[in-house]
Amino acid sequence: MLRLDRVTAAYGPIVALREVSLEVEAGSVVTLLGANGAGKTSTLRVISGLLRPQSGVVEYEGERIDRLSPDRIVRLGIAQVPEGRQLFSQLTVRENLELGAYLRRDRAGIRQDLERVFNYFPILAQRQKQAAGSLSGGEQQMLAIGRALMARPRLLLLDEPSLGLAPLVTREIFRIIHAINEQEGLTVLLVEQNARLALDIARKGYVLETGRVVLSDLADNLRRNEEVRRSYLGY
Amino acid sequence: MHGPLSALLQAGVFLAPKPWDDPRLFGEQIVLGLATGAVYALVALAIVLIYRSTDIINFAQSEMAMFGTFAMWSIWLSGVPFFSNPWALLVLAGLFGLGFGAVVERVVIRPVEGKPLLTIVVVTLGLFLLLNSVATWIWAQGELPKSFPSPLSVLKAVDIGFANIPQHHLLIFGVGVATMVLLGLLFNYTKLGLAMRATAQNPLAARLMGINVGNMLTLGWALSGTLGGISGALIAPVLSLHPAFMLSVLLYAFAAAVLGGLNSVPGAVVGGFIIGVAENLLGTYTPHAILGPEMKLPLALMLLVAILLVRPTGLLGERAVRRV
Repeated sequence: MLRLDRVTAAYGPIVALREVSLEVEAGSVVTLLGANGAGKTSTLRVISGLLRPQSGVVEYEGERIDRLSPDRIVRLGIAQVPEGRQLFSQLTVRENLELGAYLRRDRAGIRQDLERVFNYFPILAQRQKQAAGSLSGGEQQMLAIGRALMARPRLLLLDEPSLGLAPLVTREIFRIIHAINEQEGLTVLLVEQNARLALDIARKGYVLETGRVVLSDLADNLRRNEEVRRSYLGY
Repeated sequence: MHGPLSALLQAGVFLAPKPWDDPRLFGEQIVLGLATGAVYALVALAIVLIYRSTDIINFAQSEMAMFGTFAMWSIWLSGVPFFSNPWALLVLAGLFGLGFGAVVERVVIRPVEGKPLLTIVVVTLGLFLLLNSVATWIWAQGELPKSFPSPLSVLKAVDIGFANIPQHHLLIFGVGVATMVLLGLLFNYTKLGLAMRATAQNPLAARLMGINVGNMLTLGWALSGTLGGISGALIAPVLSLHPAFMLSVLLYAFAAAVLGGLNSVPGAVVGGFIIGVAENLLGTYTPHAILGPEMKLPLALMLLVAILLVRPTGLLGERAVRRV
């Protein structure tokens, strides 16, 4: 479904990604592991068109997307839940969700998806009229995911959904991500510091170090890998 | 109390009328203040719209409006049949401002986007000087100021029960309020308005939603230009046309925007009306020997500084919270 082929990208003189290649199969959950600054977020930024690669190819369903603008990429069915959630904090929960469907014209479908999001996250239905900034951390993360779902994506990019959340809330959010993937077949590319949780729901994982892919394997194998256990799982 | 100062004070107090002596005069000053206040509110809104979405204070706002009003004046004189009608001219002023604002954003502001704030401030100041000079070069020939047509009469008054108000001032108030209502509807009840608010709050997230952020910024400047164009054409019949005629309006509008809170849309409206009414009341009821009409502008400036010192967020503004 998504394929990166030797992608190199930089912020000015600082190289963020060096020849990163990876593949996400339709219907699967794939995770990117790595320390801070390894290039996980940059990879997502390249995919959603916020960072233009210097070389390499990004292909989505057989089509090159590495030269497209972010709105074209959203239109193709890729939605991102950015790091730090990036909600419109002064707008209401409802307005945030409506903005997720900004590019869509099918009113009936939008209403249906709103129901679907409220189904996954009932708390958001109760908080519809509240400013997004007044929600708790966990609720904000739910809203960020719900907002991305409102675009009715086929590929969901999730950047650090556990950031700053209590373990119990994190587990709840991972349970829902897993459920969405299982029930709807939504493809997920997950960036996560919490390697244990990520490998629990992922089929496959890539390990990034200083902008390079140093390891890629099935999640089960990664969990047993000596290197991964020491560096990312901590046992 | 003796001496020259107290004599001056008494003479001043004696010269100034008292509000309760003439309720009709008082009523008139309030309504006139609300009318000019509507213009200050429109220009303040133009400033706030741009500030909210880009953190830029557009110092050239007044000169963009002045330039557009002069252009309307030329069209009016040129004798093009349809636009000899002041109503049509008023509409055209808004449309001209729409296009002008969009062009300024694309040509002047876009190239310095993301540059340090000081760079952008200097660019808007440069635009101010440029427009002022070009307008002087084109239009400041012959007698100044030039008179600008009103769809109604500036001199003929209407009795609204408790005061006699010139027709044109009622028009200013009506058009000003209608413009603000339309703007409010656009922002709060349309998808486009929601997208503009979202862009102003979080451009990065807006891009991820598929919103074309560049277009939203252009649209913001275009709307500001429209507000400027309309306010220029509304106030020109009162102030008369001169290359510097919008300058006092800009200063009052700044005072209004800062009073209401630079990032608050309702604040700009409230601030505009307060400044408009205060200007008229101070001009009428302060002892002339101390605070004559000539002191109105410096007073506005002092108010501006005072608000920034005492309450920088204004009446309705929110403290900017930034995570670093």
